[in-house]
Amino acid sequence: MSDDGSWPLVEADLLPLSIGAALLGTGGGGNPYVGMLRSRELLRKGATVRVLPLKALPDDALIGEVGGIGAPVVGVEKIEEGGECYRAMRAVEETLGIRMAALISAEIGGANSMEPVIAAAMAGLPVIDGDGMGRAFPEVQMTTFFIYGAKASPAAIADDKGNVVVFRDVVDMYWLERFARDTSVAMGAAAGLAIAPMRMDFVRRTAVPGTVTQALTIGRAVQDARAKRQNVVERVCAATGATLFFTGKITDIRRELKGGFARGEAKIVGLGDWQGSEGRIAIQNENLVLWVDGEPVIMVPDLIINLDLETGEPITTEILRYGQRVAVIGLPVHDLMKTPEAMAVVGPQAFGYPELTFTPLAFGPVSA
Amino acid sequence: MIRIGIDVGGTNTDAVLMDGKTVMAGVKAPTSADVMTGVVQALRDVLAAAKTTADKVDVVMIGTTHFTNAVVQRRDLAPVAAVRLCLPATASLPPMVDWPEDLRDVLGNHWYLAHGGNEFDGRVISRLDEAELLGIAADIRAKGIKSIAITSVFSPVSSEFEKQAGEIMAKALPDTHITLSADIGRIGLLERENAAIMNACLRDLSRHVVEAFRGALADVGFTGRFYLTQNDGTLMDAAFAERFPVLTFASGPTNSMRGAAFLSGVADAIVVDIGGTTSDVGSLQKGFPRQATVAVEVGGVRTNFRMPDVFSIGLGGGSLVVDGPDGVTVGPRSVGYRIVTEALLFGGSTLTTSDIIVADGGADLGDRARVAHLDKALIRRARDRIAFMLEDCVERARISAEPLPVIVVGGGSILVEGPIAGLELILPNHFAVANAVGAAIAQVSGEVDRVYALAEMTRDAALDDAKRQAIDAAVAAGARRDTVEIVDVEDVPLAYLPGNATRVRVKAVGELHVG
Repeated sequence: MSDDGSWPLVEADLLPLSIGAALLGTGGGGNPYVGMLRSRELLRKGATVRVLPLKALPDDALIGEVGGIGAPVVGVEKIEEGGECYRAMRAVEETLGIRMAALISAEIGGANSMEPVIAAAMAGLPVIDGDGMGRAFPEVQMTTFFIYGAKASPAAIADDKGNVVVFRDVVDMYWLERFARDTSVAMGAAAGLAIAPMRMDFVRRTAVPGTVTQALTIGRAVQDARAKRQNVVERVCAATGATLFFTGKITDIRRELKGGFARGEAKIVGLGDWQGSEGRIAIQNENLVLWVDGEPVIMVPDLIINLDLETGEPITTEILRYGQRVAVIGLPVHDLMKTPEAMAVVGPQAFGYPELTFTPLAFGPVSA
Repeated sequence: MIRIGIDVGGTNTDAVLMDGKTVMAGVKAPTSADVMTGVVQALRDVLAAAKTTADKVDVVMIGTTHFTNAVVQRRDLAPVAAVRLCLPATASLPPMVDWPEDLRDVLGNHWYLAHGGNEFDGRVISRLDEAELLGIAADIRAKGIKSIAITSVFSPVSSEFEKQAGEIMAKALPDTHITLSADIGRIGLLERENAAIMNACLRDLSRHVVEAFRGALADVGFTGRFYLTQNDGTLMDAAFAERFPVLTFASGPTNSMRGAAFLSGVADAIVVDIGGTTSDVGSLQKGFPRQATVAVEVGGVRTNFRMPDVFSIGLGGGSLVVDGPDGVTVGPRSVGYRIVTEALLFGGSTLTTSDIIVADGGADLGDRARVAHLDKALIRRARDRIAFMLEDCVERARISAEPLPVIVVGGGSILVEGPIAGLELILPNHFAVANAVGAAIAQVSGEVDRVYALAEMTRDAALDDAKRQAIDAAVAAGARRDTVEIVDVEDVPLAYLPGNATRVRVKAVGELHVG
């Protein structure tokens, strides 16, 4: 670590980072395996990426927000050409005639944990230790940056073939979500999106801080627990302050498509301490609400994470299936996601649960 | 119908002869270095034990670990040219990018990215470029590579480009083997490509092995059809197996679990297959092994095969028993196939689990006098340790609090003293050759995995279409149409995509058509 608190991302960080990011994906966000390999290839070819704490950089430094947009399952088949996010980021720079000082992730959960690392490696830029969600959410507008006033435009989207589309003026992030979503589908449901730069003083105020470090810490705890044959679920809780809310076996999984999203519900019959109880999880790409015996016990924006009971492997909603034994843990979301402004965008009402009032989780004890 | 099931393991080659649903005879022969001598021996023995001749046998099914072991041990593998139809997409990750270096080196690390490939909805990423492919073919010829794996992006949605590229390559390089990824794997480019490349590197070996199996069968006078078993407990005929050896991976544990289900008549259970060195533990659901949910590695290479969710512990009939200051340890080291010379009860000098069991009167094996001197307290502690290990692995395999029975099979079953973890214990007849029985009763399957746009058709219509394709695939693979049933249906909406794109996966299974 250097004077400004920055540190270089090294190859050994990538696997734990991807494990932690998968976990923070709360069931969605796509699997970061491909992104992990892409970052590793770049580092092996000599690229370097430094991770900067939020306190680094002057107030007027410009920070770029990049991420992949598309369907996670497409991401494992039509792997990126490689420069998608990079080209989108350069297009935003050219439109404004500016240069980015660093990149930040829109969402640390899932595959988008890696996209800024890749674009930064190609551009020779650092990445910021933080993100706009502290987890994964399904839509572009669901970031702390937008909630606290970031501009949506100019934004740019780039594909594998060299197409780059700039959204010069977009009224707000909801419109950007609509335009970018449709464009990404035309581009083959896998594209890179870059959003208007933000000043560093704004990012300092609005980013969920330290989430790259948090994902790494979680991933290292999982690796260490596996190596020592410890209970992975317990170690994850101890490392993060998450709480175990339910253990059980999936007895029903229903999925349907509404508005281009995977919505559904999983039923879980209790095991162990929850023998005789029934759990239920609502899903929109990510896990939204956990009910136990009819009572809502965790809800968005707090994190609901399904882990394989034996291996501690995060189970994404796409591979959730009958018979799996899961541990459901809850992790409090960052306070920036709990304000009235945030509730309007990512609270239970925003996800179509008018009957639910957000009841925030408390942190459990954290130990190394 | 008379059938013979053979399981070629690392230590033993087992064979059973079945008349309909009755096991007439089961035998074990040592696996030979050339494999085939052991197969001939097992065939002769099982025919003699059943008092019949090869001409009475309708069909032979063979399960083999030969190809898995070749990859794991990096031997007998051919150099491969991996051709990916994709550009400009996927250029960020070349073929074999996440392979163990030693395996990649054995195959030569030859890869080519070319134009082609499809989008998720079937649109073209870029057109196939014949001149480009001919240039690649010239390079392959210059390098003297004889096996090619072709992988096109989204080939499970549209396999046209792989077929066209395959034809171009076959014309330019008539004496090469060509593997198309769509014939092997499902969506997930790297995993499917990995499987295609591993298949390609086994093509020389598969020709020899299948030819040798054919020779062994001819040697005992069998002239009918024979099959190899796949990782999901179903069959492929010899010609198909020769083209797709990679599909035999993990067929061993599948066969022992299916055999256990058949011999015990129990469809839902935990199965413990105790061999000479390891015990494989898995669970049966409706007579089939529960499938793994996460990517399974073979020889360090990530794949997305249908594989049973099985784990192994280092406990078997040849496991070393060591009495140390911290108590008794059992395994993971084992004398393996050398048990017949190294274990105490066979005149050797190594204390094994089998010695403990025989000394305790739990089995009649070797020369009991040679283990009569063993300390009673040590025997008790060793047996307790073995029981603890079995209980621990059974608990890990339990997927519910339901009191499922535990079926114990395999040659090392003598290690089991009584109920494990308080669950009902089933030790079926012919338990020692359960994997050969599993091979003998294997079924035929067909599978479809593709993306439908539900904006253009109803979900029911899409599922019906997929089921029809799966049934046709099963029949094409040799199943009797009247016995084919759908065993697995899964539809996963593709998140974020309008047009209600949904991935549908259907598997159909039926009895083999014989005659």
